[in-house]
Amino acid sequence: MFYDFLLFALLGGVGVAIVSGPLGAFVVWRRMSYFGDSLAHSALLGVSIGIFLEINLNIAIIVCCLILAVALVAMQKQHFIATDTLLGIMAHSSLSLGLVTISFIEDARIDLMAFLFGDLLAILPEDLIWIGAGGVLVLILLYYYWPQMISMTINEELAQVEGVNVTKMRLLLMLMIALVIAVAMKIVGVLLITSLLIIPAASARPLSDSPEKMALLASGLGVAAVVLGLLASFEFDTPAGPSVVVAAMLIFISIYLWPFKRHAT
Amino acid sequence: MNSDIVKLQDVNISFSGKQVVKNVSFNLHKDCITTLIGPNGAGKTTLVKIVLGLIKPDSGTVWRRPEMMVGYVPQKLHIDSTFPLTVRRFLQISRSISSEAIAQAVASVNIENLLDNSIHGLSGGEMQRVLLSRALLRDPQLLVLDEPVQGVDINGQIELYQLIADIRKARGCSVLMISHDLHLVMSATDHVICMNQHICCSGHPEKITNDPSYIEMFGAASAKTMALYAHHHNHDHNLHGDVLPANEAEHQHTQECNH
Repeated sequence: MFYDFLLFALLGGVGVAIVSGPLGAFVVWRRMSYFGDSLAHSALLGVSIGIFLEINLNIAIIVCCLILAVALVAMQKQHFIATDTLLGIMAHSSLSLGLVTISFIEDARIDLMAFLFGDLLAILPEDLIWIGAGGVLVLILLYYYWPQMISMTINEELAQVEGVNVTKMRLLLMLMIALVIAVAMKIVGVLLITSLLIIPAASARPLSDSPEKMALLASGLGVAAVVLGLLASFEFDTPAGPSVVVAAMLIFISIYLWPFKRHAT
Repeated sequence: MNSDIVKLQDVNISFSGKQVVKNVSFNLHKDCITTLIGPNGAGKTTLVKIVLGLIKPDSGTVWRRPEMMVGYVPQKLHIDSTFPLTVRRFLQISRSISSEAIAQAVASVNIENLLDNSIHGLSGGEMQRVLLSRALLRDPQLLVLDEPVQGVDINGQIELYQLIADIRKARGCSVLMISHDLHLVMSATDHVICMNQHICCSGHPEKITNDPSYIEMFGAASAKTMALYAHHHNHDHNLHGDVLPANEAEHQHTQECNH
């Protein structure tokens, strides 16, 4: 017997996991996990701005993430502060700004925990449309720009000489990650979203001999983690986000402890 | 000259107030190997990146033949070990490259046996050959190599320079390379540009080794070592066997290449 909300959460989670696979692989390859974290923190700012201005939360989150991604690319052009410092400033400033804004909203009946750690019950059919549309858009972009993004990840200068518009690709990758974070927030929450990107991709690494295989495998392992985690969350009444992350972690550990790895390159 | 494929005119660039490239002008021609030499920090890599369009100069003009295909072999290619990659996949730059083209490219640099190896376990010389074959896959009119023999043993270096010379001969492309290996590179180059921020001297390799500014930069000992490898001596020695500086007018011409 299935409840609607569980079905919605599963569908949404599987959709998010599928796009998180290849994007998570890029996050691992390009060492962007701190970037993902910063964007996720800024998503909370999006939530509070959305509530404050009474606009659609999904739109508010997406816009907020996209603005921060663009701001980061622009600020990386200066050389006084390293990127990790910049990300730290952005992550915690936007998180704090979000929390401060929320406290100003009178009569706020906001379940902060749900935004921070995800909530199974929070997924509505409307969210599924957002996840579906965002996911399909990201997958189309990824398919279209895949060779160029792979080139850029191998070496940016080589890619540029070979005619790849590196700045555009870098921005596009950040925007896609921002989009996925925005739509995935309700399921795993702000604080745990990066793990859905990096743990399946890291788990896929020792089993992969090509970037394509690693991306696809990451999607598959992510789907497994989401399904296991959400079912466990339902069964044992544990919080949704942490349950998914624990499932992903168990997959990660078993792969790294598994003695018979296939030949990876 | 219509065989020019790249023209640099009065190029200047500085980083954080330090001038790295100063008033540099030169042309690259078809079917010609040009070697850039100079001490560390002379601005060689920066200049190459300007030629490639990776860096914009502060002033001066850079002209590249429109629609020109460029193959680039960077000084060092670090690929993150989190990135699973075989040599074959590395050479598959775009979806349109056929496996026959890849087979041909690896055959021309003798690395057929490496195709299914991981890119992370290659030796320095193997990696250089892989990079060279990737550059060749683009069928370049200009091949740019930044210290192509770095980290390669001495026999491998001679082989690699020979390979580069063969590739140029077979394809008629222009080659621009940076080198530290003065004596080895002399036999495999048509034109040498000796730079230290500005161009100190340029011309045919054997003339360069006799140039006073070259000798000042690399020392007379190195210039003599060079003479051992330059088989067509066209400079003079005085009674004591010292190398006489060639005169200014002789080494400034730029017609060494066959075009």
